[in-house]
Amino acid sequence: MSEPTLRLGHLYPSLMNVYGDRGNITCLQRRCRLRGIDLQVTSLDLGEGLEPEAFDLLFIGGAQDREQRVVAADLTQAKGAALREAVEDGAVFLGVCGGYQLAGRFYRGAAGEELAGAGVFDLYTLHPGAGAKRLIGNLVAEWEDYTLVGFEGARYRNAFGSYLHGPLLPKNPAFADRLISLALERRYGEATLAPLDDALELQAHAAALRGR
Amino acid sequence: MARARTLASVWAAKTAALASRRLRRGGGTAISGLVGLGLNPGLVHDLARGLGQGCVLVTGTNGKTTTTRLLSEMARAAGLSPLVNASGSNLMRGLASTLALAAGHDGALDDGERRLGVFEVDEATLPLALAELRPRAAVFTNLFRDQLDRYGEVDAVAARWRQALARAPADPSSGSGQGPSTSSGQRLALVLNADDPAVAALGEGRDNVTYFGVDDKKLDRGHLEHASDSLSCVCGARLEYDAVYFGHVGRWRCPACGRARPKPQVSASKVNLKDGRSLRFVLASPAGRANVEMGLGGLYNVYNALAATAAASALGLPQAPVTDALAAAAAAFGRQEAFEVDGRRVELFLAKNPAGLNQVLQTLLLDPGRKTALLALNDGIADGRDVSWVWDADFEVAAGRFEAVVVSGTRAADLALRLKYADWDETTIEVEPDIGEALEAALAATPAGACLSAVPTYTAMLTLRELLARRAGRAPFWQQ
Repeated sequence: MSEPTLRLGHLYPSLMNVYGDRGNITCLQRRCRLRGIDLQVTSLDLGEGLEPEAFDLLFIGGAQDREQRVVAADLTQAKGAALREAVEDGAVFLGVCGGYQLAGRFYRGAAGEELAGAGVFDLYTLHPGAGAKRLIGNLVAEWEDYTLVGFEGARYRNAFGSYLHGPLLPKNPAFADRLISLALERRYGEATLAPLDDALELQAHAAALRGR
Repeated sequence: MARARTLASVWAAKTAALASRRLRRGGGTAISGLVGLGLNPGLVHDLARGLGQGCVLVTGTNGKTTTTRLLSEMARAAGLSPLVNASGSNLMRGLASTLALAAGHDGALDDGERRLGVFEVDEATLPLALAELRPRAAVFTNLFRDQLDRYGEVDAVAARWRQALARAPADPSSGSGQGPSTSSGQRLALVLNADDPAVAALGEGRDNVTYFGVDDKKLDRGHLEHASDSLSCVCGARLEYDAVYFGHVGRWRCPACGRARPKPQVSASKVNLKDGRSLRFVLASPAGRANVEMGLGGLYNVYNALAATAAASALGLPQAPVTDALAAAAAAFGRQEAFEVDGRRVELFLAKNPAGLNQVLQTLLLDPGRKTALLALNDGIADGRDVSWVWDADFEVAAGRFEAVVVSGTRAADLALRLKYADWDETTIEVEPDIGEALEAALAATPAGACLSAVPTYTAMLTLRELLARRAGRAPFWQQ
C-alpha cells in the first residue's frame, strides 16, 4: 500500500491536557511519520459533533475537575453515542487519566456529585474524598506480553483506558506501535511496522522499571 | 512566659543552624526553623512583630525569588533595612529560621525601626503565612501548573488563595493587640499580575490593589502556548486574547461577561529583550515614566521587575531608589547566574515547570551564539516526583539550535526522550545521569571562550551550582 493514512481525533486538546498528555499524540505522530504513515490529527472541541466512522484512532487526556465538568456535559451530549459506535466498530481509542474516567459510565467527585461519562467502558470511578491521600507516583504493570510503565486500566475491543496520567506512549513504544497496528489492520486489513531505533525509549522504560 | 518561650526558641534555632554549618550540612535554615517552631509554634508571629516596617509576602508559580530580591534592593536603596529569606527557605520553617537568625539573644531584631520583611512564600504556605505575618502587602506573580503531585491542580491553588485572602485581616495590626504596630489603619495591599487572569481575579471586589502588566503589542506570540492553564473566565466562558505574551499571560477579555484584564498602574512598554542577558523597557507607574536598563534577561524578568516595582509603589517607596535598584539588579541564586569555568562562561537558568522552561528557552533563543547546553531533570521531592510535565514544555522551539546537548539528572532518560520527540537531533544528545560527569562533558563540548547554557530543575540546580561555584572559586551560598 502506498502512503497509508490514519485519522486521529484528539478530544478536547486544550481542555484535557494537564499532565503532559500531548506526549501521546507527539509519540504517535513521530512513529507514524518515520514509517511513512500520514497521521492526520484533528481537534475535537466543545460543541463539535463526532461522526462515528470519521476516525481510526481517538484520544482523550486528563484535566482538572472544572474542565472535566465542562467536558463531561459535552461528551455525553455531543459525542458519546458516536464514540461508543466507533469503539463497537473497532476504532482504536485511548483514554488517559481523567479521559479514562470520562470514558466510563460515571465519575463521582469528592463532593459526591456524579459526572456522566461516555460509557465506552463498563466501569465507574469514585473519588476517595477530599481528605484522602492523593494517589501519585510512578507505576509499572505487566500486561499481555510486555511491561507497561505507568499503566493501570481497562480494555474493551480496541479501546484502552489508563488511570495513570501523562505521557504513557513515549516510554511504551511497543504499546504505541500496537495501537498504530490495530488502526492499520482495521483500515487496510494488514499492518507491518518497520522497527525503529528505540534506544532512548527503552532506556527511559528501563529507568522507570528500576525506580520501582 | 511567652517571651521566655520565644527567647528559648530563638536560641535553639541559632544553635541548630550553627551545628548544621559546623557539620557542613548546608545553611541549616530548615533544621533551625523546625527546631524553633517546635519550641514555639507562634515564633514567626512573635518575631515578625519586631519588623518596624512590617513585611511583604511574594508568592506565585514563577518569579518569587527574583521579585523578592529586586524588592529588597529597592527597599535598601530607599533607606530601609530589608530582611529576606534565602531562596528555597520559603516554607514556615524557613521564615522562622530567617527571623530567629536575625534576632539578637534578647529576641529583638537589630535595626528594628527600619526593618522591612521581604519574604518569598511557597504557594501552598501562603494562607498560613498571611495569618501569622499579617503583611502590609502580598504580591502574586503568576499561576501555572507546577508540581501537580505536590500542590494539586491550578484551580485548587487559586481557591486556597481566595479563601486565605477573604480571611486576611483588613487591618494588619488588628488581632495582635500589642507590640509595635507595623502600619496601623492600612488594609492589606494586593499586588497582582493584571495579565494573568487567575491572579487578576484575586483583586475582584477589593480596594487597595496595585496591578502590573505589559503593554507591548510586538511581544504578542499570536497564539496560546500549550502550557496555558487559565483559559476559562471566572464565569466559565472561554477567554479571548488581544495579545499573548507567554502561557495564558497577556491582554485577555471574556466575550461572555465582559471581564477583562484590569488596567495596570505599573506597566512596561517598548520592551527590548536584546540578547537575553539584559533588557530595556519604559516603566510607567503612578510616580511617572522612566527608562529602565536591567542586567537580567528575558520577558519573565520584565514581569519580575514590574512585580517588585508595583510592590514598592504599594509600600509608598519613592521612584528614584526603585529605578536605581532595577538598574543595579543582579541575578538571584541559580537564576541567570553566570560562572567562569575553564575559560568558558556557564550560565545557569533554573527551570522547574512548563511555563518557566518555555520562558528560559525563549530567552536562550535570543542569542544564536548559544551552541551547547546542559539540561538536568531530577525527580526529588522539591522538584516534583512526577516528571510528565516536560511533555508540556515547548522544546520544539529549540529543535536544531544546539550543536551539543548533555542531558543529566535522575530522570535524564525521560528528558532525552522528550528532546527526541521534539525533533532535537538525537546524534547531538548525550545522556549522563551524573551531574558532575555531565558538567565535564558539557564543558568539553563547549569551545574556550564560548557560552554553555545550563538548565536544571531545582535540586539539580543545587548540585550544579555547588559544582560551578567550586570550579569558579566562589563561596557556598550560606556564606554569601
